[in-house]
Amino acid sequence: MTSVPLTRDEHLPADWRDLLALTKPRVMSLVVFTGLCGLLAAPGPVHPVLGFTAVLCIALGAGAAGALNQWYEADLDAKMKRTAKRPLPAGRMSRQTALHFGVGLGVFSVILMDLAANHLAAAVLAISILFYVLIYTVWLKRRTAQNIVIGGAAGAFPPLIGWAAVTGDVTTLPILLFAIIFLWTPPHFWALSLFVRTDYANAGVPMLPVVAGVQSTRRQILLYTLPMIAAAVAPWALGLAGWVYGIVSVILSVIFLTLAFAVFTNKATEPKSMGPEKKLFGFSILYLFGLFAALVVDRWLI
Amino acid sequence: MPQEEDEIIRQRQRERSRMLAILLGLFVVLMFAITIAKLTVNR
Repeated sequence: MTSVPLTRDEHLPADWRDLLALTKPRVMSLVVFTGLCGLLAAPGPVHPVLGFTAVLCIALGAGAAGALNQWYEADLDAKMKRTAKRPLPAGRMSRQTALHFGVGLGVFSVILMDLAANHLAAAVLAISILFYVLIYTVWLKRRTAQNIVIGGAAGAFPPLIGWAAVTGDVTTLPILLFAIIFLWTPPHFWALSLFVRTDYANAGVPMLPVVAGVQSTRRQILLYTLPMIAAAVAPWALGLAGWVYGIVSVILSVIFLTLAFAVFTNKATEPKSMGPEKKLFGFSILYLFGLFAALVVDRWLI
Repeated sequence: MPQEEDEIIRQRQRERSRMLAILLGLFVVLMFAITIAKLTVNR
C-alpha cells in the first residue's frame, strides 16, 4: 500500500468532528437499525438499559471498523471524488490518530458488549469488526471483483449480534436476517459501482463493472436479486414471521425485482443515463429498512 | 510556530478535552445504569 504524503496539517491535533466523520455515521445508521431490529425481534425480555448498551456497542463497533477502513484506504480514498474529502485524504488528521482511534473504539465496544450482554454477542461483534477490516478491507477489496460478495458478510452481522445480545444464542431467524443482508449487499453496491465506476477504475479497485464490464454487472445484479428475494420471504414462508412481514416482504421484493430488471435491460454506459441504476441503489436502502421494520412491527404490534 | 497555528492547536485541544470530559461523564452514568440493570435482572 502506498501511504498518503505527510502534510503540514497532519501535525495538528485532529478535530473531534473529523474523528466522528471517521466512523462513517451514515453507514452506521443502517447498521444500528438492523442491529436494533435483530434485538427487538428476538424472543424474551431485555432490560432497556442493556438493550440500549448492546445497540450502542454495535454502533461503536461499526464506527471502529469504519475508522480502520479509512486508515487503511487513505491512499484509495484520495483518488476517488466521492471520498477525497474524508479527514485522512484531505490531510486533516494523521494516520496514526485514525489507527489508535479505530483500535481503541473497537476494543472498547467488544469489552462493553461482553459486560452488558454476553460472551456470544461480544464474540460475534469482534468477528464482524475483524471481518470487515482484515477480510474485506485488507484482503479482498483490492484483489478481487468478488470483494463485495464475500465482504458483504461484515455488514450482515448486526441483526445476529442484536439477537445474540438478548437470547445468548443464534437460531434460524437471525441466520436468515444475516442471509438477507449478505445477499442484498452485491446488488446494492454493484448498482452504485455502475454509476461511479470511473472512480473505482481510477483508484484501481477491481469492482465488478471495472473488471467484467457494465452488462455483466447488470446480469449479476439480476441473478443475485433472486436468492436475496428467497431469503427475504423465507422468514414468513417458514412461519418465523407473521402476515405483516409476509405482505411487506413480497411487495418490496416485487418492486426490487422490477427495478433490477430495468437495470438489466438498460444499455447505457454513461453515468448520466443510468437512471435505473440510481433508482435501484436508492430503493435498495429503503428495501432493507422496510423488511426489518416489518419484522419488528410483526413481533411487537400484531 | 506561527501564533495563528498555535491558536488553532490550543482551540482543538480545548474542544477535544471538553468532548472527552462529556463522554467520560456519560460512560460513568452508563456503567452505573448497567450495574443497576444487571442487579435487577439477576434478582
